[in-house]
Amino acid sequence: MSNRPELQAPPEIFYDDAEARKYTSSSRIAEIQTKLSERALELLALPDDGVPRLLLDIGCGSGLSGETITENGHQWIGLDISHSMLNVALEKEVEGDLLLGDMGQGLGLRPGVIDGAISISAVQWLCNADKSSHEPRLRLKAFFGSLYRCFARGARAVLQVYPENLAQHELILSYAMRAGFAGGVVVDYPHSTKRRKEYLVLTCGPPSLSTAVPCGKGEDGESCSDDDSSGDEENQTVSISDRHRPRKKQKINKKGKGREWVLKKKEQMRRKGNVVPPDTKYTARKRKARF
Amino acid sequence: MRLLTHNILSSNIKGVTNGFPLGIEVEKVVEKQVEINHDFLRNIFPKIDWKAFSDASKIMGYVELPEEAPEPSVLDSDLDFLRKFHHALLELHLEEGALVCPQTGRKFPVNKGIPNMLLHEDEV
Repeated sequence: MSNRPELQAPPEIFYDDAEARKYTSSSRIAEIQTKLSERALELLALPDDGVPRLLLDIGCGSGLSGETITENGHQWIGLDISHSMLNVALEKEVEGDLLLGDMGQGLGLRPGVIDGAISISAVQWLCNADKSSHEPRLRLKAFFGSLYRCFARGARAVLQVYPENLAQHELILSYAMRAGFAGGVVVDYPHSTKRRKEYLVLTCGPPSLSTAVPCGKGEDGESCSDDDSSGDEENQTVSISDRHRPRKKQKINKKGKGREWVLKKKEQMRRKGNVVPPDTKYTARKRKARF
Repeated sequence: MRLLTHNILSSNIKGVTNGFPLGIEVEKVVEKQVEINHDFLRNIFPKIDWKAFSDASKIMGYVELPEEAPEPSVLDSDLDFLRKFHHALLELHLEEGALVCPQTGRKFPVNKGIPNMLLHEDEV
């Protein structure tokens, strides 16, 4: 099991030029980031009126998530702590404005200006004390406090996070609640260790229909959602439903992988620049069982 | 960095109460064409601090904006104004220069269009 990036180095050092390169060259990383961004935008549930909004991309990095925002027709401003990653974003000539900054120092934005915020795999970095002067709780407080203040009425934040453990998860949630946010956690594919993704959906303003937290995706179409937490009490608990792991199911075989899948894979490899045998009528032909 | 971003950025230094608007020191301004979107302009107009915006655009070298914020009804009728608004808001980029905290005078350098808003240890 590979070590978590958060335990290896502070983000401004971990995301150096070499690591940042991966975010341009690796199609797998690009695909994952795009999917996460699209899901986050979906959860943001902006009104479908064709009016472009002003969004924040927290931990925008190489601009992959920002490009998704642009594709959806909105304006955005991205914040990241890594110089190398922002350089990658500059190379891609992203539409949004980029800021070199540390979210744990507070966002420094005027009140009531932002219509929404997304963050892909960034907020958990706040939980690590990377310098002796860092105190994670103060940083979380500064981040969530400044985020809450800069939001316009009814704005939402969708933060896709990778908390290391339950304690980190609770920590992040509790500081979000203390800042005044309501909302909950959406978990997609809760039973799959690989595919499991957690999204913190935060709303500000009075609780209403719009602050109800949407359901997460699951293998069998099960939904997994959390209760709304309201208002300003300290020690908010957000209950998480799920946790009884199903018995190890029979490995679900897709009856092998069809010709279409093989052809798609070969095309991907060609695009990457690998040498791939040409596609013929024999490609993905059913072989004898003892092949 | 566009004037849209400048209009919502403020100085985050500890102890600063009046951190908006940030002063601008210009070294290089670039103009980039962006497709105009009237809906976005109408949506963002009420949130813009007009005085800061028009002062900033003058510093960047664009003097066509009115000093006073016009009536919102102007947005629906005056295409010429919308074009100027759009140009100043989204098409003028500060590539090189600095942003200045109005209270402490501390400079936030801008390189390749990216402002460096990282605070030092003692400013947090």
